[in-house]
Order: sequence, then structure tokens, then C-alpha cells
Amino acid sequence: MANFYTDNSELRFHLNHPLMEKIVRLKERNFTFKDQFQFAPLDYEDAMDNFERVLEIVGEVCGDIVAPNAEGIDAEGPQVVDGRVIYASGTTENLKALNQAGLMGMSLPYKYEGLNFPIVPYIMAADIVSRADAGFVNIWGLQDCAETINEFASEEQKEKYLPRVCKGDTMAMDLTEPDAGSDLQAVQLKATWDEKKNVWLLNGVKRFITNGDGDISLVLARSEPGTKDGRGLSMFIYDKQHGGVTVRRIEHKMGIIGSPTCELVFKNAPAELVGSRKLGLIKYVMALMNGARLGIAAQSVGLCEAAYREALEYAKERMQFGKAIIRFPAVYEMLSLMKAKLDASRTLLYETARFVDMYKTYQHISEERDLTRDEKDEMRRYQKLADIFTPLAKGMSSEYSNQLAYDAVQIHGGSGFMKDYPVERIYRDARITSIYEGTTQLQVVAAIRGITTGAFLARIREYEAERISPKLEYLKRSLIILTDEYEQAVKKVVSADDNEFIDFHARRLVEMAGHIIMSYLLLLDSNREEMFLRSAKNYITFAKAQVKANSEFIRVSELSDIGSYKFEL
Amino acid sequence: MKAYNIIVLAKQVPDTRNVGKDAMKADGTVNRAVLPAIFNPEDLNALEQALRIKDQFPGTTVKILTMGPVRAAEIIREAMFRGGDGGVLLTDRAFAGSDTLATSYALGQALKKMGEIDLIIAGRQAIDGDTAQVGPQVAEKLKMLQVTYVEEVKELKNDTITLKRRLDRGVETVKCKLPLVITVNGTAPECRVRNAKLLMKYKRAKTVTELQKENEDYTMLYTNRPDLNIPEWTVNDIETDASQLGLTGSPTKVKTIENVVLQAKDSKVISDSDENIENMMIELIKSHTIG
Repeated sequence: MANFYTDNSELRFHLNHPLMEKIVRLKERNFTFKDQFQFAPLDYEDAMDNFERVLEIVGEVCGDIVAPNAEGIDAEGPQVVDGRVIYASGTTENLKALNQAGLMGMSLPYKYEGLNFPIVPYIMAADIVSRADAGFVNIWGLQDCAETINEFASEEQKEKYLPRVCKGDTMAMDLTEPDAGSDLQAVQLKATWDEKKNVWLLNGVKRFITNGDGDISLVLARSEPGTKDGRGLSMFIYDKQHGGVTVRRIEHKMGIIGSPTCELVFKNAPAELVGSRKLGLIKYVMALMNGARLGIAAQSVGLCEAAYREALEYAKERMQFGKAIIRFPAVYEMLSLMKAKLDASRTLLYETARFVDMYKTYQHISEERDLTRDEKDEMRRYQKLADIFTPLAKGMSSEYSNQLAYDAVQIHGGSGFMKDYPVERIYRDARITSIYEGTTQLQVVAAIRGITTGAFLARIREYEAERISPKLEYLKRSLIILTDEYEQAVKKVVSADDNEFIDFHARRLVEMAGHIIMSYLLLLDSNREEMFLRSAKNYITFAKAQVKANSEFIRVSELSDIGSYKFEL
Repeated sequence: MKAYNIIVLAKQVPDTRNVGKDAMKADGTVNRAVLPAIFNPEDLNALEQALRIKDQFPGTTVKILTMGPVRAAEIIREAMFRGGDGGVLLTDRAFAGSDTLATSYALGQALKKMGEIDLIIAGRQAIDGDTAQVGPQVAEKLKMLQVTYVEEVKELKNDTITLKRRLDRGVETVKCKLPLVITVNGTAPECRVRNAKLLMKYKRAKTVTELQKENEDYTMLYTNRPDLNIPEWTVNDIETDASQLGLTGSPTKVKTIENVVLQAKDSKVISDSDENIENMMIELIKSHTIG
């Protein structure tokens, strides 16, 4: 009888952000869908009521079904039988429940039988599902791929595939190969046009494919023979009904065991081209990855929530030296910082989701009519913000999910090391978040532009300009000082005019921006809602120490020092 | 393929599963004000059985009949969110104070007005009364066949249904002709979850009284979409004999209600070895606890 939405008032707060009214109005085309679709909202309040009540269903399914199944799925795992994946029994039960609840294709347009939800409530559902079972969220969350079809595929393809996703067909994105992991330009899987059959045929091997045996897959393949880089790659849709792909094996992993990670063999598998040839990696995968990265940020936040709750409950109950361990400074200090990092990751997640909502909705509207100049400007502005905030959110929150899982095990002491408590699984599940969909190091590569172009700084200045209650001004003042420190550090690194020096300090700089941005977001949250004040204060103290440590490192570092970090081969 | 007309009898009950100390009033009656009103759990099991038949036989309709105050319309909406096709709220002061006999009479009279019915499915019992009498009594009033304690509909073919019953000492499979009343056990599969799209579509389904109370802004909606109007029947909408209704029609009189506090003084843990179990049985037979 647990409900993972209603027991978490922070979620309702983020759902009701002031910018939502604009997002919903755009997404609902000024509430003109209601005459066409009986389940479309009549106005803003009606839409928000829909989100709330649907998230209540998500919370109920997660609390009553998905969370109780997590342990069994972790123990049982999926298996391969005759080249096909058989999910753990709990996974099948979860999928059935979420499908009956109509929670597939949540963000797809009404006309393809989706719920036309903005990214914010969809990501919130992912946050909730992940808290219940971070391994399972991968399978459910791959409905993200449908967004790429919605964005780039032909109308015919949309009509063919999107309603199937809404009815529960699962998806996969087949990108990586044995020799093409982080470096997708090296993809080898061959796509050849068969004149006789009038169809593209795929041949080769894909590796590390999450839910590789899904019903509908997006496949990155080399359509231009003789090419070696990303410009020879195109995107294809492979429909499992047509056959041609077998699962050779699934990986034995440390965590997210319920999520089958497949090695796939393509033998003349028929496929349809998505969009234009040669744009597979350059355009479509980039869009796909940004959506997936936001998904991993949500998965990380859900894991943070799970880790924090387990640790809090244990610390209240566990008695040592005659009292509950939560009464010891060493433990409550740890727990409060965990909560601050959780709240910080979550506020950054939803800020990013709003940016994505704003620009993507404008993008879809621009296919229906010409945007006004103001609208175009607004779309570009939010797209730029989304581009730098997505890797920032993914990078910061995935690292925090690992830290929180580590601390949660620590608070459990010896018991946390045993399989008797969920924290052991959470610890293993969290580990992948800072690796897949681009390692933290690669998120830094994507976010560094925001540092060097001054885009993060400009956004920080906007937060600074927002009016807040006088009693919170003292917190803002300390953030202004931190921002100056960040500016100095950026100036020092950039002025060396050496790309290697920038790369060397990139993570430190991105983290500094992240700490300041999350501090501001928590401050603004506290301005709207008292319950965030505690985390805002604690996070700002933590951020000060972190920013100063990084800035000191940069202050004493010179270009000539880098040599002592390098290795001879 | 045949389609069926199914009515599910459902009741809104106070949630007695998680009661606090103020759950009972001083006079021994249930303090309904502090307990959340929920869909009676076994009626949800009944609804699931009905919806499974609907999944299997397209065109089948599953309607709810519920008797209670106006807020009991929530039960009908809840069923619509899960795939039900609306239903009827039977509500009138004349029904107040009904015991199981008067309730069955009123429900029976309402059912007579609901057209041709193939199946009436009810939960075995409600958690506020625990009598398990209403389902069987409705069958008697309507002179219909009945099968109680059903756990699963094993087969439905034309007008013959095969049912699995869960009884104290085992399982029984019975075959029966429609029309039929069945009551469903809590051991039957749980009801499916609410569906997001159905919720968005039917959340404004309301009875006339609810519409008047809530000052609904979108009155046009109710003209354009008849499926949003939940029929509300009063005593005037069904043919009744006043002497069989409400308190007058209820022979059950509550004499006293006692609070019983169960308290075990001590407990013993016995491991599952054959020897221990045998010793325990000898002890229990000696003390005349069993045997």
C-alpha cells in the first residue's frame, strides 16, 4: 500500500514550477486538442490535475509492485534461450502492470495514442520507477527512443511504430559495438541496400545493448561503404517481427541485473532508414543521447532517493551505545549531506527537463506553423541551455548516486555489506550511472563549452538577479562570492590558451559551475517552499568548501606542471 | 463471439485495514469520518474477474451497481479508470440503516431495471460488515442460480461457465448455466491498476447531485458526452415496497457491541523438525486445543 509519488512532497513541488504553465500551454497548443481527444485537458489546471493523478498511479504501481519485485529480479536475472531474452518473472509482471496502467509512450502525441505529457512529468515517472528498481527503469525508460522516431522519422513510420510503443512494445537503441564504445564514429555494422528486396539489410555485431531483444530497435549502421568516420553512419529502425537478429549472450553484470545487456548478431536483418542517410550519428544519435542522458539523470536521482531513505530508516532504528545511531554527529552529518545532494540533484534534473520541454515543444510547433521571431529566440535560448545542462545534470547526479549509495552502505555498517538489506543492491545498481550514456569524463567534455563560452556564468547571473526573500539574502551573498571565485578560475585556465590545459582542469571547472548552479536552484526552491531551506543551507556550505578546493587547485596549477601527470608508454 | 452483460456489485467501505485508536466511536459504531473511504477489496477482485471476461469477449459491458451516499459514486469512477463501463448509484435516505436483507432487496429491485443480465459478480463480503450475505441474498431475490467463493473463471463458452471455488478444505470446480450470481474470494487475482488514459477520459464522470454540488464549469461537456453522466437512482426510480426498505425493512437489530482485545500471554517458537512438530501435536491434543 505504498505510494512513491504521494509520500514524496518534493516531487509535487517540482511539478508545480511556475514555468509549467507556459510549457503546458505550448504542449497542448493552447488547449485545442480537447475537441479531438476526449482525454486531452481542458485548461492548465486540468492538465496539472492529470499529471498529478497519473503520477499517483505511477507511485502506486511502483510502491506495490515494482519495488517489492526488485530483490527477486536481482536474484533471478534474465536469461537467453534459443537466441531470445527471457526476462526475470518480476520484470514481466512489472511491464504488464505499467502497460495496463497506460504508462508507455507517455510523452508521445495524442494522435499516436500517447498521453502527450511534457518531459517534466515523464521524467518524474522515471525518477519514481528508478527509486523502486533502477534496473527495471532501463527497460521501461527506453520508450525514450520513440521520441527520436517522433522527431526524425517519416509520418508513415510514426504511424506504424508509435502506437505500438503506446501499447507496450519495448524498445532498444543499438549503438555500441565491441570496438565502438565511447567512440561511436568507429561503428562497423553494415547496412546495404538490397535492390531486389527493396530494403536495407543489416549485418554485423552490436555489444552492450540494453534490452537488445526489444520489439522495436533503433540501429546505428554504416550505410556508406568505404567511409571510416561518423559521416558514413545512418540510423535504422529494426522491427523484431521481421527476424534476422539473435541474442548471442547477455553480460554478467555487477548491477542493474534485471536489465538484459545483450550481444546481438545481425544476419541480413531487414531495416528501415530513419530520416536522411549520413546523419545517423551527427544528428539523430546526438538527440537520442541527450534524451537518454536526461533519463540517466532521473535514474540517478531515483537511486539517491532510495539510498537516502534506506539509510535514514536504518539510522533511526539501529541502536548502538544505548541510542539510535542517527543521534551521533558522524551519522547525522552524513545523512543531512546525503539529503542535500539528493535535493540538489533533483532540482537540477527538473530545471534541465523544463529547458528540454521548452525547446522541443517549440521545435514540434515549428513543423506545424512558422514560429514568431520571439518564439524562435526563445527556442534557441532554451536549446542552448538544455545542451549544457543535460551533461551537467547527468554528470553531477550520477556521481552523487554513487556517493549516496556508498554512504548508505556505510550507515548500515556490516549489515550493509550483506545481501539482507536493499542498500547492497542499490550500491551495485548505482555504479553504472556514471559510466553509461557517456562517462562522467565525457559529460565534462560536453559541458565544458558552457564554461568557456560563459553560458553557465550567464545563467548563474540570471539566478542571481531573481528576487528572493530578504531573510535568504545572506545565502545569496555567499554565492556571489563563490561565483567570483569560479570566474577567476575560468579566466586563469582559459587565458593559458592551451586546449590540453583546459581539458586537464575541465572536470574541476564543470563541478564548480554545478555546485553554484545547484546552490542557486536550492535557494530559489527555499524561497518558494520552506522545506528546502535545510538542504539549501547545508548544500551551500558544502559547495563553498568544494568550490574553494577546486579553485585552489587551479590557482596553484601551471601549464608546465602537467608533465608530471603524464605516463610514458 | 458472444458478448455478455455483467453487473458488478460493489460497496464503498471505511478502510478498516489500518485502523487507529479513534476508529470506533464510544457507542461502538464505526467512526466513518476518520477512516478513508475505499473500494471494498473483494469487490475489486470481483471487478477483475468481470474485466477479464470483457478482455476475452469484446463487446461485453461491465457496469457497477453500488448503494450508498453520493460520494460512493467514486466507486463507479474507480471502476471506469480500470476498464468498467459506468454504472448506477443507488442513493436515497429511504435506504439508510439497511441491513443485508433490506440491502439485497433494494439492489435486487434496481437490478430488475438494468436490462438483461448474464452475470452478476460481487465480492464475497465487505470489510465493514463481514457478513457475506448480500451476494447470495440478491440471487435469492432474483431467483437466480449462484456460485459463492469463486477464485477463478476457468472457462466461459456460450451460456456455460466453469468456475473454481476456494473452500476451507480444498478447491472445487463447478460448471453452471448463465444467468448466474457469483461471489469472489480475496484469494482471486488482484484487480488491475487504474489506466492513465481512462483516468484522463473519465475523471469528470459525475452524478447529478455531484454536478450540482461542485459547480462544474464545463456544463457543455455533459451534454456532449453522455458517458460522463453517472445515473443516480433514488427510491422513486425503482419499484419498491416501503416496508422492505431501510431500517423498517431490516430485521437485524444490534443489541450490544463489545471491544474484544486479543492478548496472548506468552509465545513459543518451535522449529520445523518432525520431532518438534510431533511433540507440539501431542501437547495440543492433551490440552484439548485440537482433536
